[in-house]
Amino acid sequence: MTIPNDLRYTEEHEWARVEAKVATIGITHHAQEALGDIVFVDLPEVGRQIKKGEAIGAVESVKAVSDLFSPLSGKVSAVNGDLTNTPDAVNKDPYGAGWMVKIELAVPAEADQLLSPDAYRALLAKEAK
Amino acid sequence: MRYLPHTDDDVRRMLEVIGARSIDALFASIPESLRLKQPLQLPPALCESELKQHLGELAGGAPPIALVGAGAYQHAIPVIVDQLLLRTEFFTAYTPYQPEISQGTLQAIFEYQTMMAELTGLDVANASMYDGASATAEAVLMAWRIGREKKSAVLVSAALHPEYREVLATYTAAMPIKLRTVDVDPSGATDRAALAKQLDADTAVVVLQAPNFFGVVEDVAAVAAAAKSAGAIVVTATPEPVALGIMRSPGDAGAEIAVGEGLGLTGALSFGGPGFGFFAARKDHLRQMPGRLVGATVDSRGERGFVLTLSTREQHIRREKATSNICSNQGLCALAGSIALSCLGPQGLRELAQHNLAKAEYAKRKATQFGLKLVFSGPTFNEFVLDVGPAATDRLLRLAERRIIGGLDLGRFDSKRRGQVLVCTTEMHGRGLIDRVIGALAGQKEPA
Repeated sequence: MTIPNDLRYTEEHEWARVEAKVATIGITHHAQEALGDIVFVDLPEVGRQIKKGEAIGAVESVKAVSDLFSPLSGKVSAVNGDLTNTPDAVNKDPYGAGWMVKIELAVPAEADQLLSPDAYRALLAKEAK
Repeated sequence: MRYLPHTDDDVRRMLEVIGARSIDALFASIPESLRLKQPLQLPPALCESELKQHLGELAGGAPPIALVGAGAYQHAIPVIVDQLLLRTEFFTAYTPYQPEISQGTLQAIFEYQTMMAELTGLDVANASMYDGASATAEAVLMAWRIGREKKSAVLVSAALHPEYREVLATYTAAMPIKLRTVDVDPSGATDRAALAKQLDADTAVVVLQAPNFFGVVEDVAAVAAAAKSAGAIVVTATPEPVALGIMRSPGDAGAEIAVGEGLGLTGALSFGGPGFGFFAARKDHLRQMPGRLVGATVDSRGERGFVLTLSTREQHIRREKATSNICSNQGLCALAGSIALSCLGPQGLRELAQHNLAKAEYAKRKATQFGLKLVFSGPTFNEFVLDVGPAATDRLLRLAERRIIGGLDLGRFDSKRRGQVLVCTTEMHGRGLIDRVIGALAGQKEPA
């Protein structure tokens, strides 16, 4: 499923799984495909306060680097340490093992502003033209 | 013109073709009584540097010679370095962006990187920077980035080359970085008590020159231990690469980034350059390194090959977030340095360093005999500072009239050090010359 229905999305091709006051974020199937083989993921420090829209890290493939933007505001509560040794998890399983950051939400209402799966599908269709 | 002597194999095959058993057999027709039975009356063979010296004298007198280092060290580099550099494959090759047609260049750089990593005792070295001074500045910026740009203080030893300090100030002028100087103590090394006082939670980097500008050997391990407990990174700068043949490697002593100047290994000082800055660091800092990196890999057929790698650090991909704006390296100069190093080998480099050390120790003893005092008491490598006094200008001028630069008056950099003369002795300086220069600096009259 390249656009899971239980997630929310952003225009920067990130996804967020919101569970009460904690959100898990990563990049979408479309994003990992566009980047190519991921070789390195630069993640923020645990404990860092981040704002919605802030560049909090980067995803590096052989040919390009893409900033990772936070879709939500809050505190970084965890990062996926496995990505240090197996960055390709982002390519193989972007919504599962390829998760990147967990955020303790400061403003849970911000999640409502994220794109629904349908809205994200529409965005991709528009970009494909 | 190239001279390529026959190998034993060439000779053997030629003899086979003409059907002769040996070269001597070709002279069988010469009567026994007429054959020379003793060695030719020739003096013993000269080594390369003796030969160069001799030819120079035949050509019109000894060339001018300087007993000055101060960042540019004169060493006897084998002429084979020039010969190999002149190979068009190296001389006219451009940047190896296309690995499929640049394997020679890439392999040479990979081997250069390997040598510098070994010499500095660190995990990875880049393809070279412009020079030691800018390499030092880039190392400071890198260390600041490693600290996530949260710490703003950089402690710089007063014994870092003054011109390196100027370049560092230029690089950091527009940045939220504060440069603070740590003075030297009477031994000539960075004052560890002062360093301990100045180290705090805001210190990102400590910069040390080893051996330092005054020729004094620094205790890098002690400085590194103090820096580490304050959470700061140590950067060492080594303008005299031959010292790496004998000193404890910076990496081993706790430096996390080691840089320096390779000019002394290229064979031509050329009024100060071009040379190359070498730059090495610990593996965990790899992605913060500036400069080009060559890596080994396998091609589509599984055969080993080399490529420029980790380009995502560089500005053509990361733009304003790149680790540096450098997008070049000193390929030909770094190649000269690596050819020189491979001719010397680790043992040869060590012997060369020991030779340099011995010359300086001899010169220091001579100075003491002539009544000259050393400004600093600490152990030195191939440079040391003599307290010549106000007569220094005059005495250096007298030597210059005889085409000898006897040392560098430090008053040029620091008015408080006028009359203190930095003298460097390498394998290029014979005993007679050293005696003459030290004598002149002590005020002894030159024979007419």
